[in-house]
Amino acid sequence: MQLEILKTYKLYIGGAFPRTESGRFYKLENNKKEVIANMCLSSRKDFRNAVVAARKAVEGWSGRAAFNRGQILYRIAEMLEGRKMQFIEELILQGATKANAEKEVRQAIDRCVYYSGWCDKYQPLFGSINPVATSHFNFSVPEPTGVVSVLADENSSLLGLVSVIMPIIVGGNTCVVLASETKPLCSITFAEVLATSDLPGGVVNILTGNSKELHTHFASHMDVNAVVYCRENVEEAKAIAELSSLNVKRSFFWQKDWTKTEHENPYLIMDLQEIKTTWHPIENIGVSGAKY
Amino acid sequence: MATTKNKIVKKSAPQVSSVKSVFQNYAPAPESSDHIQLKSQYDLFINGKFVKPLSKEYYDTINPATGKKIASVAKGNEKDIDAAVKSANKAFETWSKTAPKERAKYIYRIARMIQERAREFAVIETMNGGKSIRESRDIDVPLAANHFFYYAGWADKLEYAFPNRNPKPIGVAGQIIPWNFPLLMAAWKIAPALATGNTVVLKPAETTPLTALKLAEIIQESGLPDGVVNIVTGFGDCGAALVNHPQVNKIAFTGSTPVGKYIQKAIAGTSKKVTLELGGKAANIIFDDAPIDQAVEGIVNGIFFNQGHVCCAGSRLFIQENVAEKVIKKLKERMKTLIVGDPMDKNTDIGAINSQAQLDKINHYIKLGQKEGAEIFQPECSIPSHGFFCKPTLFIGTSQSHRIVQEEIFGPVLTIQTFRTIEEVIEKANNIPYGLSAGVWTDKGSKIFNLTSKLRVGVVWANTYNKFDPTSPFGGYKESGFGREGGVHGLLPYVKF
Repeated sequence: MQLEILKTYKLYIGGAFPRTESGRFYKLENNKKEVIANMCLSSRKDFRNAVVAARKAVEGWSGRAAFNRGQILYRIAEMLEGRKMQFIEELILQGATKANAEKEVRQAIDRCVYYSGWCDKYQPLFGSINPVATSHFNFSVPEPTGVVSVLADENSSLLGLVSVIMPIIVGGNTCVVLASETKPLCSITFAEVLATSDLPGGVVNILTGNSKELHTHFASHMDVNAVVYCRENVEEAKAIAELSSLNVKRSFFWQKDWTKTEHENPYLIMDLQEIKTTWHPIENIGVSGAKY
Repeated sequence: MATTKNKIVKKSAPQVSSVKSVFQNYAPAPESSDHIQLKSQYDLFINGKFVKPLSKEYYDTINPATGKKIASVAKGNEKDIDAAVKSANKAFETWSKTAPKERAKYIYRIARMIQERAREFAVIETMNGGKSIRESRDIDVPLAANHFFYYAGWADKLEYAFPNRNPKPIGVAGQIIPWNFPLLMAAWKIAPALATGNTVVLKPAETTPLTALKLAEIIQESGLPDGVVNIVTGFGDCGAALVNHPQVNKIAFTGSTPVGKYIQKAIAGTSKKVTLELGGKAANIIFDDAPIDQAVEGIVNGIFFNQGHVCCAGSRLFIQENVAEKVIKKLKERMKTLIVGDPMDKNTDIGAINSQAQLDKINHYIKLGQKEGAEIFQPECSIPSHGFFCKPTLFIGTSQSHRIVQEEIFGPVLTIQTFRTIEEVIEKANNIPYGLSAGVWTDKGSKIFNLTSKLRVGVVWANTYNKFDPTSPFGGYKESGFGREGGVHGLLPYVKF
């Protein structure tokens, strides 16, 4: 018999897979109380490092053509499809039934494809040409907010993670995500999918660890532009809302049942967009009217 | 059939020698055609299968750069069209009810497969149509794939495109496409139709059927349900049968204005919806404050792109009088560096004219222009002795009343007029039945927006020309047709509420 090689789950920061700088770990157990993995217990410093990587990636990622971002998101779906068995196994390991695990992976793939299609479509639908009364050409376009910190759904290992990351990055933002503490396996395997999908390093950074320890930092970091909180802890949510005021951080509370397709929509993309309006004069000296 | 594949390819690979202008001496850099797969005979694609035409007749499709035959292509007739429409009609029952997310996945597959086989498509497009390999490789094929990719994404998002409405597919779309961008036009037509849940009968142009038939192969491989896309090759009678078929619910046509008018008349009194993308005679307007060197590049791209076989070609040049001499001098110098010749050569700027008939038409207009008294300029380049080629041509000192100014030539022929004031040029630019596109060259943004609001055309390019993108609506005003392709607006012709 050949002995199975166990996988070491590390973090995903700036396109690399480092261990936590703190050297700390926590034991992940299955429902029979058996240890299935030693997960990194990320520190505040890991978060700060991840924000640096995310900030560095903003310019390149938001500067890409919308079409190119869409191609990359579709590539993520392709990679996910190719490795779906691995995700199903991990979901089962974390307590899901086979049927539910298969369904969750299926939905996660579809969600990537869904958001891939939005790359070049939310701007025309949510931008506008504004018929101002003066002789100006005036238009408004959505632009990415910047770096987004995310505390992902605690109860959904893969779908909850994908459903939040996709609408954030399709719009040109970068993010730092704290994965589910009790179901973290899929997050790091998903990072491996991202790393092989032509997604530039730093666009998505994934940490594992404890929300109680880290949530205040996610909300108070001065170089984070928005925070998305997807958990049910009312106290944490309140702290995040309050701390966001430090730098007028946009804070969003996405506590949703991600298995429902109504929670895939462009309004989530738009939560993390700013609107920029440009005024440009129209020289109105040509008096010829528009003629047939 | 597979055994004859390569033999045919070798026989039809272009043998034209590249013609070098007096200023350039590039070594020939021909694109290889070894890797492509062509059959010696192509059948109709109906109900997911390649079937023989009921007439049992085939015609030769040729390489316009050599005049030699590439393959035999089925000559579809009214009965074939009937079979194709019936298959599309039957497929509509299930396709229109297929979950939008799943519909999207088929279209994404087609997009990916075109990307995977991009080089093959580019080579065949150039062999069959005569356009330079540089253009088919960098423009036609990638844009075609991108159109499928773009509209795939719309399939499950239609309710966002039409707020407060419930968009539904129309039925069978009869689509007739021209020979100037054979694959790209097929993509422009098929992609939005599928995304919105319609089924398709496509009729490619008679001179350029091959890339559409290669697309049929991809569609077959993609697993798209039988009958959702049908492709029937043939001549004008085939197109007329499609237009007049009672089970066709929507017509999408790209081609000449006379045929567009025929279609509009033919469907009058029926419930068929129609979009027409017809001819053009675009004004390309150069102001004295324009960056002249860039403008000259824009003029060249505007009229000589795809041998001028472009409905939105910038075929009427308007130069502000005080810079006219300078612009014309630079334009002539630039034209001397253009390489006319073997379309398969990567250095070639101007490839082959698509057909003998089109070459005759262009030459007729060149003679007419001289007869009308305009000054002609052609660079001193030689052109290949075989195949259909035309030198890039300027007519200087033309006026609004000249037929070469008023009529669409669809070739590498540019007419030049001058103007003094902005009012004058707007008046002249608009004084034509067409209204597809225009170009404006100036350093002043406010002037651009003044012109964009006054020009009666569907697309205005400012300090650029001939730019296309799946997200950007394209289509004309006036006798250049109606309806838009591309962007959100390109969905509307394929839905009902």
